[in-house]
Amino acid sequence: MAGLELLSDQGYRIDGRRAGELRKIQARMGVFAQADGSAYIEQGNTKALAVVYGPHEIRGSRSRALPDRALVNCQYSSATFSTGERKRRPHGDRKSCEMGLQLRQTFEAAILTQLHPRSQIDIYVQVLQADGGTYAACVNAATLAVMDAGIPMRDFVCACSAGFVDGTALSDLSHVEEAAGGPQLALALLPASGQIALLEMDSRLHEDHLEQVLEAAAQAARDVHTLLDRVVRQHVQEASILLGD
Amino acid sequence: MASVALSEAEKVYIVHGVQEDLRVDGRGCEDYRCIEVETDVVSNTSGSARVKLGHTDILVGVKAEMGTPKLEKPSEGYLEFFVDCSANATPEFEGRGGDDLGTEIANTLYRIFNNKSSVDLSSLCISPREHCWVLCVDVLLLECGGNLFDAISIAVKAALFNTRIPRVRVLEDEEGAKDIELSDDPYDCIRLSVENVPCIVTLCKIGCRHVVDATLQEEACSLASLLVSVTSKGVVTCMRKVGKGSLDPESIFEMMESSKRVGKVLHMSLQSVLHKEESLGPKRPKVGFLG
Repeated sequence: MAGLELLSDQGYRIDGRRAGELRKIQARMGVFAQADGSAYIEQGNTKALAVVYGPHEIRGSRSRALPDRALVNCQYSSATFSTGERKRRPHGDRKSCEMGLQLRQTFEAAILTQLHPRSQIDIYVQVLQADGGTYAACVNAATLAVMDAGIPMRDFVCACSAGFVDGTALSDLSHVEEAAGGPQLALALLPASGQIALLEMDSRLHEDHLEQVLEAAAQAARDVHTLLDRVVRQHVQEASILLGD
Repeated sequence: MASVALSEAEKVYIVHGVQEDLRVDGRGCEDYRCIEVETDVVSNTSGSARVKLGHTDILVGVKAEMGTPKLEKPSEGYLEFFVDCSANATPEFEGRGGDDLGTEIANTLYRIFNNKSSVDLSSLCISPREHCWVLCVDVLLLECGGNLFDAISIAVKAALFNTRIPRVRVLEDEEGAKDIELSDDPYDCIRLSVENVPCIVTLCKIGCRHVVDATLQEEACSLASLLVSVTSKGVVTCMRKVGKGSLDPESIFEMMESSKRVGKVLHMSLQSVLHKEESLGPKRPKVGFLG
């Protein structure tokens, strides 16, 4: 591994966190008035915006309409100034397309698509600043945006990343920790039932350690759920105060 | 462009109101909506700004990269513009749908900065013919509520004001090989002077009067608009007519005078806001999208 010490002897990571500690999360729903639903989330230095349009009529070819459920369409885009090195294209490259497909898979598991047959739900995610954990930030922002749009979901979808260093599982990796090259796991969880919506890992990890890393990611996702729940309740409370209830 | 469908009755209502100098939200013909500007929103950049003009939301990031000067201008750096119309604004911009509008806006930005006085490009030169700073200005269109060009030009000016380019020294050793050394102090940087950076004022012709800062509904009622790029001293750097309709030559002169008036006021308020924000220092509370 590179000369950077990801986990010190006292158990502190590079940015001073403990192994199972998440970065500071701040979120807000209803950022844009013109979209059906929108949300913004900051996880440490990673900032993501999600906007939802729908359910509305299928755009483009009618033949894509599904007779019994809604079509979920996701696009992942990251701003050209979001990473340290300037990106040439915000979307359309392979990684963005793959992320879009992963988001689609995640939300098809959570949204009650049977309630809106022959229609389309668009989820657009924009990453403004990328400092590790972009998939997790996008899923969390998109969950809030779908709730803001009033589209019924089975449960929250909360995501977090996890890694493994020196026999300890780390939660919520930052960019430096991701770039160090160790194993990384991305997990999207439906907290109430504990069901996994998406699990992705593309590095070498011994199967004996898998359970530990999975448990760390799941616990982190449950912590994220507590925070997102609070954000939604606060938003609803503000909205009902404005309505004069 | 994001469009809104209006009925004939709504169009007539808007047109009649404008003739009486009264718009739907109560503004006069030369009034802007409330503009919110915040700089230093994104930390991976050399400078950034966010502008919220009614329902129009723009985020601009400036990244300073090292490059080689252009052949015809060997002792100057240059600016590069890229506009991304994100699908957040409207589903029509998904995939490549926003590319046309993005290219149009980027070309307009190139045109208005294409003169000697807007930005001092020679300050971006490090060593002639070899190294210079290239400022990559990336515009992200997040929400489209009418009057895109004005908001984008305000955001670009604010982001350039906020840009901090690290100071470098060129060291030459015995064999003549040049080495570029970055200053040790991270706060030692050069700032650009944005005194002469122009802002675009868009005037939409509605009926026989013109309005500044049209909303989406007003843009749907207007057939022709004039984009005028004005500096803080009232100098016009670029002018362009857009739209399907045609304009009378006299109305073009009227609109130009109007834009110079409006542009001067806009520049004054923008300068005062930017200076006030900077005087709050690095400890000011950053709001961003959370506020």
